[in-house]
Amino acid sequence: MTASRTTAIVLRHLYLVSGSPARVLPLFAWVAIDMVLWGFITKYLNAVSSAAFDFVPVFLGAVLLWDFFTRVMHGVTMAFMEDVWSRNFLNIFASPLSISEYVSGLVLSSIATSSVGLVVMLVLATTIFGLSFLAYGLALILFLLVLFLFGIALGILGAAVVLRFGPASEWFIWPVPALVSPFAGVFYPISTLPHWMQYICLLLPPSYVFENVRAIVAGGAASVPELIVGTSLAIFDVVLACWIFVHVYRHSVRTGLIARYSAESVS
Amino acid sequence: MAVDGISFEVARNEIVGLLGPNGAGKTTTINMILGILEPTSGSIRIESIDVAKQRSKALECTNFAAVYAPLPGNLTVYQNLRVFGLIYAVDHLPGRIHGLLKEFELERFRDVKAGVLSSGEQTRLCLAKAMLNEPHLLLLDEPTASLDPATAQDIRAKIREFANQRQCGVLWTSHNMYEVEDVCDRVLLLARGKILLEGDPKTLPRQHGMDTLEELFIAVARE
Repeated sequence: MTASRTTAIVLRHLYLVSGSPARVLPLFAWVAIDMVLWGFITKYLNAVSSAAFDFVPVFLGAVLLWDFFTRVMHGVTMAFMEDVWSRNFLNIFASPLSISEYVSGLVLSSIATSSVGLVVMLVLATTIFGLSFLAYGLALILFLLVLFLFGIALGILGAAVVLRFGPASEWFIWPVPALVSPFAGVFYPISTLPHWMQYICLLLPPSYVFENVRAIVAGGAASVPELIVGTSLAIFDVVLACWIFVHVYRHSVRTGLIARYSAESVS
Repeated sequence: MAVDGISFEVARNEIVGLLGPNGAGKTTTINMILGILEPTSGSIRIESIDVAKQRSKALECTNFAAVYAPLPGNLTVYQNLRVFGLIYAVDHLPGRIHGLLKEFELERFRDVKAGVLSSGEQTRLCLAKAMLNEPHLLLLDEPTASLDPATAQDIRAKIREFANQRQCGVLWTSHNMYEVEDVCDRVLLLARGKILLEGDPKTLPRQHGMDTLEELFIAVARE
């Protein structure tokens, strides 16, 4: 691994973001809207609910964590799509850049862009709606780690799908967080779901995060074994996604897919 | 099969023309050398390094420019050269970029996005990128296709000088037979994926009873 090559991918993305308001705005605009919308919904629910239950850390905290995961995933995919949109594949893949350097660059780009969204969400949620992350304790670090790793894994997997099936397949990628969310138990306990859905939940690292968020808010403690399972699953998913990306890249080199990428052939 | 059983080498200081009709396999050959298309058999070595086994190392001393591979139009000239300079791990990058901007008359476009440059200016930018790492093997796929004759002549002279000074081998595809005669030390005539003829572009036509390289090219292409 050569640091300068990974830096090049990050620098390319920073040049693009800094030179384009259309790229800067989405870094924080949608997450800010989500925070404001869900902030007022939780305030309203607190007002009309007779129970002493506080909806802010349950719903607003869940939305914040889920948006963080979505931004991380989209951060990786966006950095990859920039090469698709600018038809830069030949210049990138016909250079000494290795796949590990390229993917590392995508991940670092995502860290840079998703951090902006996270900071904006934290500021809005704490200052306007009084969400206190101290309530989650040290478990918050593990929550963010699991969601970050799973976001990276799905981002790399999304890039592999687009590399394999061509530019038009990007529309498979953007809705992935929405498809995963019913199984992740973002807003409700996993036990609410039918049994067959619960089996799928067991395979998804975010479900362990949101179950423990609710456990803490309910006055309990985070389950360390559950969070270890979630973290292990997320690490496994990252490794699996990297393996799939490398496999798709090798297939593309073997079949000449990269050289004629814009043709969108799926041989 | 796009190419079949082709074998050739490019020596230092040598400019080799890869000629052939459309679909002959020129770009396929270049793609294989660049490691973006795996040959079904055989091997490609750059400075004795096997591209299949040590792709990154082999490509560190290689670079290319092609009309179908423009640099990202949403980055400026300087940003493109900086990004690719880092990818090719170029030493003393700021100085190298400054020198190339001057050499390819791109100084006044330094902070202009590549997408708004004319096709000729974009070609010069691609050539500047191709020379960033002072490659030992330079692959040029129709490098002067979008240049006016005067600029094309200057670019040919620059590439010739680069090959001589930096001990660089150049593989050059072109449909301009005048250009090929002017700049290439040797040509390979490719048709239907096979090398049919090879030799000095100045003497090869007469050896086959033709007056010009263009006549020879047409004869081979129509065979």
